[in-house]
Amino acid sequence: MILELETVSAGYGAVQALTDVSLHVAEGEIVTLIGANGAGKSTLLMTICGDPRARAGRITFDGQDITALPTHAIMRGGIAQSPEGRRVFPRMTVLDNLIMGAEVAGHDPGRDLERVYTLFPRLKERAAQRGGTLSGGEQQMLAIGRALMARPRLLLLDEPSLGLAPLIARQIFSAIRELNAREGLSVLLVEQNANQALRLAHRGYVLVTGRITLEGPGRALLDRPEIRDAYLGTGA
Amino acid sequence: MAYALQQLINGISLGMIYGLIAVGYTMVYGIIGMINFAHGDVFMIGAFTALITIVLLLSGGMMEGPGAILLVLLVSMSVTALYGWTVERLAYRPLRGSFRLAPLISAIGMSILLQNYVQVSQGARVKPLEPIVRGGFEVMREGGFVVQLSTIQIMIVSITLSVLAVFTWLVTRTPLGRAMRACEQDRKMAALLGVDTDRTISLTFVIGAALAAVAGSLYLIRYGVIDFYIGFLVGVKAFTAAVLGGIGSLPGAVLGGLLIGLIETFWSAYFSVQYKDVAAFAVLVMVLIFMPTGLLGRQEVEKV
Repeated sequence: MILELETVSAGYGAVQALTDVSLHVAEGEIVTLIGANGAGKSTLLMTICGDPRARAGRITFDGQDITALPTHAIMRGGIAQSPEGRRVFPRMTVLDNLIMGAEVAGHDPGRDLERVYTLFPRLKERAAQRGGTLSGGEQQMLAIGRALMARPRLLLLDEPSLGLAPLIARQIFSAIRELNAREGLSVLLVEQNANQALRLAHRGYVLVTGRITLEGPGRALLDRPEIRDAYLGTGA
Repeated sequence: MAYALQQLINGISLGMIYGLIAVGYTMVYGIIGMINFAHGDVFMIGAFTALITIVLLLSGGMMEGPGAILLVLLVSMSVTALYGWTVERLAYRPLRGSFRLAPLISAIGMSILLQNYVQVSQGARVKPLEPIVRGGFEVMREGGFVVQLSTIQIMIVSITLSVLAVFTWLVTRTPLGRAMRACEQDRKMAALLGVDTDRTISLTFVIGAALAAVAGSLYLIRYGVIDFYIGFLVGVKAFTAAVLGGIGSLPGAVLGGLLIGLIETFWSAYFSVQYKDVAAFAVLVMVLIFMPTGLLGRQEVEKV
């Protein structure tokens, strides 16, 4: 098991955002987390990274207890996140943003740069431009590319398709599938676009107001009537 | 003409000292969004460390040549950097995540503490130092007026420029510099990329203190008198320089320092020496009213 959460609770200040969440990601698995706005999906990804810290429960990565580790130590251990809101460094060039991603692992960024540029050729064209001047879609590519620069074993993706043209969203999903198939990258994916996410994922979890209510193989969840009604809309 | 040229030379060498200190203010503001009011006193610590080192070297008969001055600078930078680190560790880090005003008040407390610490340990009297760098060049002569460029002024300008060159390289070309810029722009994201943000902030204070130590040493060698209180006035002027240049902007800090040095010098030369501090602070007030982002400060427009 590359990632395991056991009855994790977390929140900000007086707000309890997650209650008794148990979830796991196996090596080489794509797992998706779906849920409505404000269900706690992003908080869950951030809690895995130690910010906010879990108030109760246990988080293990690759068998090692990371519940109490500081964020930077967790991220150096092989987890990378493309967070909510993308958080591209606005006054750094695209290239420097990407290099920041590799600095963690301390390896030479050359080979990884080529890989990211192959995945997102647009970033190569914009390499010298400042992050803040990119379009939303380009920033999304940059955030994902930056996360990949660290050569993570587990990639946490928060709404990678948000604000993207459907074509680009499909590109990003196929890139995820490819990384998973070719390199065995494990992925925990948070998505609003439940249809696409469940098709891509091996397994899925449904989060409702901070609690896991359903779990199962992606395709199976797609067929559940309550999922269709709540997250896919009638036309799906 | 000759008189003005002389003022220009004096103003630039004074402005370089302000610039070195201003960089420390602006760096800390950039990375944690607070004004480190104890920074002027860190400059004062730098000057005292240099004084003690020089006195020791003089008593051993070793205060000779550029090597000795380099040694004084290095000792002052190391000791003062340690003070900078300690100030952050004791007074600011425990308050991270607290309300915005808390570290500011803590900084004022730290400033008073450092002043009193030096006053008690070194005495309250003004400390004189005999000139250790002498000589200079005659640049031009006009009527009875001789324009002088002293060795110490050349030294101030060349040392400051070298230190700033190293500093610029550090910020723009090294992993530490990238981590510092990352923390400045989005500290949470920097942590998500594995940057130890506490360590990066500590190092920012260390670097800022080392630059202030260079300024303190040069100030001591140039003016030859220091006391425990010099950090206040010089500190506030360097802060003015940082605001004038645009707080958060590193080139702005240096530019602001030069301008404040020039304004102060020309004001003293042509209007009134007694009111030279008023000139600097009038600039602060006007910049804050009419141009709060300063000369090179950035307007906060970013695509979200």
